[in-house]
Amino acid sequence: MPSPKRIGKIEFGLLSPKEIREMSVRKIIWADTYDDDGFPYPQGLMDLNLGVIDPGLRCKTCDQKASECPGHFGHIELAKPVIHVGYTRLIRKLLRVTCRSCGRLLLSLDEVAKVFGTEDDLTGDQVSEKDVKKERTCPHCGEQQLKINFEKPTMFSEVLLEEGRKVEHKLTPADIRARLEKIPNEDLIPLGMNPEVARPEWTILTVLPVPPVTMRPSIILENGQRSEDDLTHKLVDIIRINQRFKENQDAGAPQLIIEDLWELLQYHVTTYLDNEVAGCPPARHRSGRPLKTLSQRLKGKDGRFRGSLSGKRVNFSSRTVISPDPNLSVTEVGVPRAVANEMTIPVRVTSYNIEQLKQIARNGPSRPTVNGPCGANYVIRPDNRRLRLAEGNLDTVAEMIEPGWTVERQLRDGDVVLFNRQPSLHRMSIMAHRVKVTEGKTFRLNPAVCPPYNADFDGDEMNLHIPQTEEARAEAYILISVEENILSPRFGGPIIGGIHDHVSGIFMLTHGMRHFTKEEVLYLLRFTNIEHMPPTAKEENETEYWTNKQVFSQILPTELNMVFRASSCQNCETCKKELCERDAYVRIFDGKLESGTIDKKAIGAFDGQIVNRIIRQYGMRRAAEFIDDLTKLSIRAIMLDGFSFGIDDEDLSKTEHGQIEEVLRNAALDVERRIKIYEEGQLEPMPGRTVEETLEMQIMQVLGKARDLTGQIAGRHLGLTNSAVVMAVSGARGSMLNLTQMAGCIGQQSVRGERIVRGYDDRTLPHFRKGDRGSDAHGFIKHSYKGGLNPTEFFFHAIGGREGLVDTAVRTSQSGYLQRRMINALQDLKVAYDGTVRTTGGRIIQFQYGEDGTDPTKSAFGDPVDVKGIVESIVKEEV
Amino acid sequence: MDTKLNVLTHVMVPDHTIMSEEEVRTLLSHYNITTEQLPNIFHDDPAVKAIDAKVDDVIRIVRISHTAGRAESYRLVIKRPKK
Repeated sequence: MPSPKRIGKIEFGLLSPKEIREMSVRKIIWADTYDDDGFPYPQGLMDLNLGVIDPGLRCKTCDQKASECPGHFGHIELAKPVIHVGYTRLIRKLLRVTCRSCGRLLLSLDEVAKVFGTEDDLTGDQVSEKDVKKERTCPHCGEQQLKINFEKPTMFSEVLLEEGRKVEHKLTPADIRARLEKIPNEDLIPLGMNPEVARPEWTILTVLPVPPVTMRPSIILENGQRSEDDLTHKLVDIIRINQRFKENQDAGAPQLIIEDLWELLQYHVTTYLDNEVAGCPPARHRSGRPLKTLSQRLKGKDGRFRGSLSGKRVNFSSRTVISPDPNLSVTEVGVPRAVANEMTIPVRVTSYNIEQLKQIARNGPSRPTVNGPCGANYVIRPDNRRLRLAEGNLDTVAEMIEPGWTVERQLRDGDVVLFNRQPSLHRMSIMAHRVKVTEGKTFRLNPAVCPPYNADFDGDEMNLHIPQTEEARAEAYILISVEENILSPRFGGPIIGGIHDHVSGIFMLTHGMRHFTKEEVLYLLRFTNIEHMPPTAKEENETEYWTNKQVFSQILPTELNMVFRASSCQNCETCKKELCERDAYVRIFDGKLESGTIDKKAIGAFDGQIVNRIIRQYGMRRAAEFIDDLTKLSIRAIMLDGFSFGIDDEDLSKTEHGQIEEVLRNAALDVERRIKIYEEGQLEPMPGRTVEETLEMQIMQVLGKARDLTGQIAGRHLGLTNSAVVMAVSGARGSMLNLTQMAGCIGQQSVRGERIVRGYDDRTLPHFRKGDRGSDAHGFIKHSYKGGLNPTEFFFHAIGGREGLVDTAVRTSQSGYLQRRMINALQDLKVAYDGTVRTTGGRIIQFQYGEDGTDPTKSAFGDPVDVKGIVESIVKEEV
Repeated sequence: MDTKLNVLTHVMVPDHTIMSEEEVRTLLSHYNITTEQLPNIFHDDPAVKAIDAKVDDVIRIVRISHTAGRAESYRLVIKRPKK
């Protein structure tokens, strides 16, 4: 490998006409490309000196074949100079700051020094248009200056005063070029130009470089017709007009015709350089499609920089829809047979594996069942010739295989592959899984790995990449396998854990005290590797029973000790510990769940206290096993009882409806009372607020309280037999607020945190009186989703809902761009062996990573050491 | 009356000190770097002006750190380039 080089400096300059002619290998004068025999015209746009694209021909300049010749530039001598659109800004500035007669900068030496600063003064700035006062006289030759007008895209004119009237006098590119030529070198430096590499007159083209044919290859369509590149089309236009221009000039055509042709030439050169200039109709293809010229090749998402240089395409990848499979391990990925048969891993034949590989070759390219042995699609001989395996030649090819050959083996169970979902926002967006060949056409994954990918199954697609070398596979497995990424470097806690039904299921299993018969216990623990049943908890009517906590304890590692509070904990002032009526005090003693309910806080993604402790105590691999056991156990637990939700789960009894109505009536009365106080001018404003703001805040508060009260009334009626309550309490999905809105009262709708005030004069809708400040008139919804909204409520709900949608749409696009910029700035930084953060050039960014040298993945939620957790696990008591 | 504010007395401004040549030598050898690999600070930075540091001086900045309690970093004073 070549040693790394340090870039000393980069110089940006303009190509001088001299340089363009020097680098040119051929003057191009003919607008035609190929003759009737399909051979390029000499001195035409496809001249053989410019490089070759047809196989078989040789380049006339370098004598190389089409694959080796890089191509060479030619040039077109323009009949008259034209402006380069990319430099119109610079030209305008130069015309405005220099003298029209002597070409000097329109500032005296003192004035230049004032703006630009002296040699070692560090505060200087470049001279800009603003530093030169309008229509002054030249301090060097005394010439009166005229105003320069610029009209997009390439028109410059001077404003003359003739007989008291303003007259615009057009400047031809030749005039401009003559003026720019007069600017002396010394005057260019304060303007920020280096005259060594960029003389201003070089921004006016007198000779146009013709890019090599390799940059604009013509393609041959199916019907044998040649189709030329957009650039070639544009160059043809330029040469045609140039030729006509020359002829007219030589024939002494009238000034008007010359000017027209000059403008036409300017248009073609302009669109050749940039076809999206403001004030210039884009040049179009015969079909009406705008041509993709030089600037369009570079710009934008699919341009040369973002599309070709920073964006790459890869082989050995596949993409399809994903779907869940709770029976897979979190470390596995289900790969459809069709994909597994297509994707291959090269295996080098040695004397040790020759027999297996011969058998694989004999199996051929098709695998009849998912459990069938893998085959191979190609074998590669030592001379790099590929032999395709097909139904007829399997045995012959298999017999030919010798050490030194390579067999491109199909995917099989256990292969390490990379699995990815876009947008790849953090490192867990690409993880290494092990292949499990499955039926169907979708990739399968355990739903517990959805959080790191941020995946769901509403049609998401994901990508699969197959590492091709031993090193790549080893690296993938050791560094980015799912097991290694359970902990997130974002907050040092587990990002993989139970979600949705896992949480609901394990909550229903472990909540309170339940007893199971042997059949039930075995059904729940079917998939785990339990060898012995624990001692029975009780015996009744000659039936043995085990408790629900015993069942869960089977998947815990022995010697696990911890104490924490479940997500259903209400943070009571004095904790009743084991006697908690919510069973929220979780205590695990020597791997046995003594009390408490297992829920989101214990095993959920992003929280997962038990998962976290297992990682610290037993390592990532044990934690992955635990998550596997957990997902299987919880799904069985939820299936034991069944779990569903329907419209009648929101039903309340008559008493609750009466209570809710009363609460809302009281709230409405309270609001009215406060409005009355306000209208009488008796309302005392809060510090720093106006009276109106105070009233609004009070109303919001009263209505908010009323809504919460309805929720409490509904909650009293709906207990843990209600699945929505189970989901809210366990943390699986939703909250009590959602339930309040479904069964109780939806509450106040808001725009920008305030009640809805927009609409007509002094009122939101024509249904209300002007100046009505009541709760109904400003978006309070007193009905529930189940009860149904009245028309005005429905409209207010739509207003509030729309704000939410707009907010999310705006936020995602903004944060996406923010992230892109940050990643671009940080992408090549690394932590060196001495703990410093450095760029690839060895420049130090941080003298100690994070200032304390701590890996956030290994820290305990921000702290370097989890002292409390360690002490608790040793003394086996809460501290 | 001298009304010029000394930025170093402000609570949000960390401690800036000029390092001696000897200190700079040990610093560079400790990290095995040249001065170009140090982070930079402009000569007209208010804190640099307050301690009267010149171009090519190395400045030690001691900050109260959220993660480490106390964190040291070092910066090389450079000329502010022209725009």
